[in-house]
Amino acid sequence: MKTLVWVEHDNAEMKDATLSAVTAASKLGEVHLLVAGSGCRAVAEQAAKIAGVGKVHLADDAAYEHALAENVAPLIAAQMGHHDAFVAPATTTGKNIAPRVAALLDVMQVSDILSVEGEKTFTRPIYAGNAIATVESTDEKLVVTVRGTAFEKAAAEGGSAEIEDISGSGDAGISSFVSQEIAESDRPELTSAKVIVSGGRALKDAETFEEYITPLADKLGAGIGASRAAVDAGYVPNDYQVGQTGKIVAPEVYIAIGISGAIQHLAGMKDSKTIIAINKDEDAPIFQVADIGLVGDLFKVVPELTEKL
Amino acid sequence: MKILVPVKRVIDYNVKPRVKADGSGVDLANVKMSMNPFDEIAVEEAIRLKEAGKAEEIIAVSIGPAKAQETLRTALAMGADRAILVETDDEVEPLAVAKILKAIADEETPGIVMLGKQAIDDDSNQTGQMLAALMGRPQGTFANTVEVDGDSVVVKREVDGGLETVKLSLPAIVTTDLRLNEPRYASLPNIMKAKKKPLETKSPSDYGVDTAPRLKTTNVSEPPVRQAGEKVEDVDALVAKIKALGIA
Repeated sequence: MKTLVWVEHDNAEMKDATLSAVTAASKLGEVHLLVAGSGCRAVAEQAAKIAGVGKVHLADDAAYEHALAENVAPLIAAQMGHHDAFVAPATTTGKNIAPRVAALLDVMQVSDILSVEGEKTFTRPIYAGNAIATVESTDEKLVVTVRGTAFEKAAAEGGSAEIEDISGSGDAGISSFVSQEIAESDRPELTSAKVIVSGGRALKDAETFEEYITPLADKLGAGIGASRAAVDAGYVPNDYQVGQTGKIVAPEVYIAIGISGAIQHLAGMKDSKTIIAINKDEDAPIFQVADIGLVGDLFKVVPELTEKL
Repeated sequence: MKILVPVKRVIDYNVKPRVKADGSGVDLANVKMSMNPFDEIAVEEAIRLKEAGKAEEIIAVSIGPAKAQETLRTALAMGADRAILVETDDEVEPLAVAKILKAIADEETPGIVMLGKQAIDDDSNQTGQMLAALMGRPQGTFANTVEVDGDSVVVKREVDGGLETVKLSLPAIVTTDLRLNEPRYASLPNIMKAKKKPLETKSPSDYGVDTAPRLKTTNVSEPPVRQAGEKVEDVDALVAKIKALGIA
């Protein structure tokens, strides 16, 4: 089987999410990559070094700069004439594009796979991860999105794939990029952070969230996450949200502070290697999944913890 | 402009799903069912656009069993004008749902199709994007803000790194994220009024759509269970544990 993997990037650098998708694709067959963007040859060169990659297809066109699904999906669909599976990381970009490709190919997509069980058989979470379904595709072509935390990252070095320039139909003329508000931060990205400090509604407001969570995260070199309640209440921006509909994370250590542990939140972090919970309610559901729990008032406990670490 | 709002009847957000012992699926017998929360947000947004004078009519659509009528009545009670139930007892996958919606959109010619970004049962996150592909129209997925501006709609989207704004020519498909709005509760008088609003019943074959599944679910199982660990007494004990993990 020949796979085509979507390379996630910002036109300058490849994103790590690509590497997990490559691992998933390599279980299906030969791995080809697609770099679609504008002025993104450096990304293609970086992608060509991923171990085990056969070929990199580079579509460099102003119409692909922001990965608008309307422009990119026809490009991918055209490439599927000579590929058997399209594989994308389950990032917001992948989730936006892949179903559009699937519909163009008349294929039912398999979303957010956790494992490859056979040539066309996968496991995937349903009901916020409260159940795991094994599904087999009966379509001729496959369209799959990959949960990054479920697959090891492929080695970013060691390959030397050929880069082939391709072109597509360009701008479909029905959508345009206006602007973006992307937070600039030196902090590790949530989906690749080794340690995450996450705060919930108990943090009270944006100022106390910053005052209590940030110093601890700084001390541990950690990424910062939040529960839906904390995001909804405006303590932190949307891209901090961990959960069923936010980011799915599986760091070495996840520290949940003032998070009760709704099933939708647990869905996003229960595969973390070690979970530490700090909560004043000893019956909070978060303690049912925590490896280490401390019952206490976070406003006392967290500063003391930060100081003693 | 008309707005088409597809809504799905799913297990209630607050119910913990139970996997059937025989691995055939999740037990939905005698379980509380509600409108998919993201679809509620879509209904609310459509109503707000109508209240702002940007839309004239809101048509709610559901594809599902006879009981999905209740879900449509909820949408009508919130403020949708009429409803279409495409009745089937089969499980209909996102691709077939998108095909049925495409056929309805061809008849109704809505300016916007507004729907939830994903259903909380199958968590597929596909229908809106697929519908957009089938209609050959633009998609504003994971919407945080929606502004109709003449013959286009500006959608601020929730993306991994923050927010992204795109401009789409109408007709367009918008899928809603959590923070787009807070859906209203239907008032009792509106619930009564909703009973008299028109609700048409159709079947997938009326739209010439084959709903045979493309994915075969061979097993549904419980996820691996995490065992609760230990509770520590104080911060010093926690510090020792964290140091033992080698991260500080």
